[in-house]
Amino acid sequence: MDLLEYQGKQLFARHGLKVSQGLAVTTVEDALIAADEVGYPVVVKAQVLIGGRGKAGGVKLAANESEAREHAGNILGMDIKGHTVRTVWIEHASDIASEYYASVLLDRSAKQPLVMFSVEGGVDIEEVAERTPEKLIRHHVDALAGLSHDEGVQIARDGGADDDVVDGVADALVALYEVWLEEDATLAEINPLIVTPEREVKALDSKVSLDGNALYRHPENQSLSDKENEDPLERRAKEEGLQFVKLDGDIGILGNGAGLVMSTLDVVSHAGGAPANFLDAGGGSNAETIKQAVDLILANEAVKAVLVNIFAGITRCDEVALGLIAAFGEIKPSVPFVVRLDGTNDVEGRRLLGEAALPNVHSAKTMNEAAEMVVALAAGQSVGAVA
Amino acid sequence: MSVLIDESTRLCVAGITGREGTFHTLNNRNYGTNVVGGVTPGKGGQDVEGIPVFDSWADAVSQVQPNTAMIFVPPRFAADAILEAAAAGVELVVAITEGIPAHDELRVYNTLKRDGHTAGTAGSGTRLIGPNCPGILSPGKANVGIIPASFFKQGNVGVVSRSGTLTYQIGNEIARAGFGCSSIVGIGGDPVPGSSFVDVLELFEADDDTELVVLSGEIGGSAEEEAAEYIAENMSKPVVAYIAGFTAPAGKQMGHAGAIVSGSSGTAAAKAQALEAKGVRVGRTPTEAAAIAVEVLGGASVSA
Repeated sequence: MDLLEYQGKQLFARHGLKVSQGLAVTTVEDALIAADEVGYPVVVKAQVLIGGRGKAGGVKLAANESEAREHAGNILGMDIKGHTVRTVWIEHASDIASEYYASVLLDRSAKQPLVMFSVEGGVDIEEVAERTPEKLIRHHVDALAGLSHDEGVQIARDGGADDDVVDGVADALVALYEVWLEEDATLAEINPLIVTPEREVKALDSKVSLDGNALYRHPENQSLSDKENEDPLERRAKEEGLQFVKLDGDIGILGNGAGLVMSTLDVVSHAGGAPANFLDAGGGSNAETIKQAVDLILANEAVKAVLVNIFAGITRCDEVALGLIAAFGEIKPSVPFVVRLDGTNDVEGRRLLGEAALPNVHSAKTMNEAAEMVVALAAGQSVGAVA
Repeated sequence: MSVLIDESTRLCVAGITGREGTFHTLNNRNYGTNVVGGVTPGKGGQDVEGIPVFDSWADAVSQVQPNTAMIFVPPRFAADAILEAAAAGVELVVAITEGIPAHDELRVYNTLKRDGHTAGTAGSGTRLIGPNCPGILSPGKANVGIIPASFFKQGNVGVVSRSGTLTYQIGNEIARAGFGCSSIVGIGGDPVPGSSFVDVLELFEADDDTELVVLSGEIGGSAEEEAAEYIAENMSKPVVAYIAGFTAPAGKQMGHAGAIVSGSSGTAAAKAQALEAKGVRVGRTPTEAAAIAVEVLGGASVSA
């Protein structure tokens, strides 16, 4: 779960990381009130979960009220790569002497937390890593011991931080590690981590991803993330407990198990089709789940045909068939379906579907055959083998 | 032979008294797995269809000597259940539970490592398989987890996979072509699995009954790339691979917590390339991967 900049900064502040005082607002009027409160000059920053805000004109400095009014007016409602700006963060502008970079993340390969630090902040860190890898310090932390202040000092020194801010950088790194650990984050990043002319070390930006599986430990974080810009179908799926990702194609996909569904997307693409979604109905999905899933897929108007690909282990094919029959009874889909059922109770599932004689539902024997059929149907061609 | 589980397996189940736990435990027992007990704190002294339930892993170990633990408890209790089973001396822990926080997995992995439980050699502490995995099946011998055994036959193909249902798909295609499996090992789709592809490949390499290994990977992380290196340097047996997620968009989580591509690394294309560069044949579809495996095995059995 990715957080907006201001939400990340609120977590930072909770753990003692220095950030500029600011306010998140959604109207020009509130932006002006906020600017008065934090004091000019202020920075007006678009709150969207996409990089390149600055280049898109989503971050502006305002010296006075008329500039703040102009920038807030322009930025609110602005579209940045498909994300509509609904919130701006107003903070007091900081004077900057140096721009550093700091992050803590889970290194899956080493199976340890990884702290990264560079004095080359404020730019795309991937570029720094590529062009001057020696300027990006990577330090693995003992997951059971945590990050000590001494380690933080060593990282700051190794990275070439100015002598007089080594302690300040170490404090920031320890606090950032605490954010990562105690908030159950998978990533906590600051770019830039600035040094002010007064030699204060401050987080000017934030990028935080929280682990959705750990939200039960953090009720206060449950309302975070960018709800307004979430795809409405993806939000609905989340509420219904379905794993759903919207894609750009026209073939609806319903399967069970993340790996099999990913594989189904690949096989459909391989056959020349374009999937409209990823939908994992999960292990043990019952008739009700299947009905909800069909409903969700068909809520996407781009869908021209649907492939149901089930290899049942915990799931039972007869339950899937009953769910499809129930869904057809209520929704009466206008697009063709291809159904491939294999695994637990597959014979019974196919028998139920055959007896129901659902309109425009085709049965396929294998995954490859199913993919070819659904691609043909989406293209408006006819196929044989009606279930 | 087979890997990890067989006729000598003595299984004890954390969460045996839950609905899913009971169902799958009995399924495993019906398959012929020797289920010796269950653990549910507060329910010690009860039994589930004749299987004794204990309050703690220490009790279970002292009374029925399990060598394998299956974890079926909800995510928030899973990390402690795994560590408790390991501390009690159970050699193999298979964690089925889905949705364990990544930080808990990190803590479990590093605690096992600190306490001398290495995933490497047998007899050196506890090996963890999973979490968020379908378990292990050694056809004809034992089943620990939720893999539907009826789709697999006994034979000489080892299967190791990050995904459950995809494993069934590939295993079933191999079975339809007339071949069977020595063991099927699901390592799970989470960011910090207890055992990696490399750990399981090492077991298959040492297993007399395994002639070929099918590796089923997916986007995210670098476990497939590490497997490629290991195969090139250490495997004498042929390995055939399949990678799911060629069409997955970057930055989107595809169901499994580990299946997310960030930046340029972790893509299906990069993984397939890494494997092929080391001479591992990669099927573009599960069907093609199974066909390659069958082709290789067919050749092997003709020359044998």
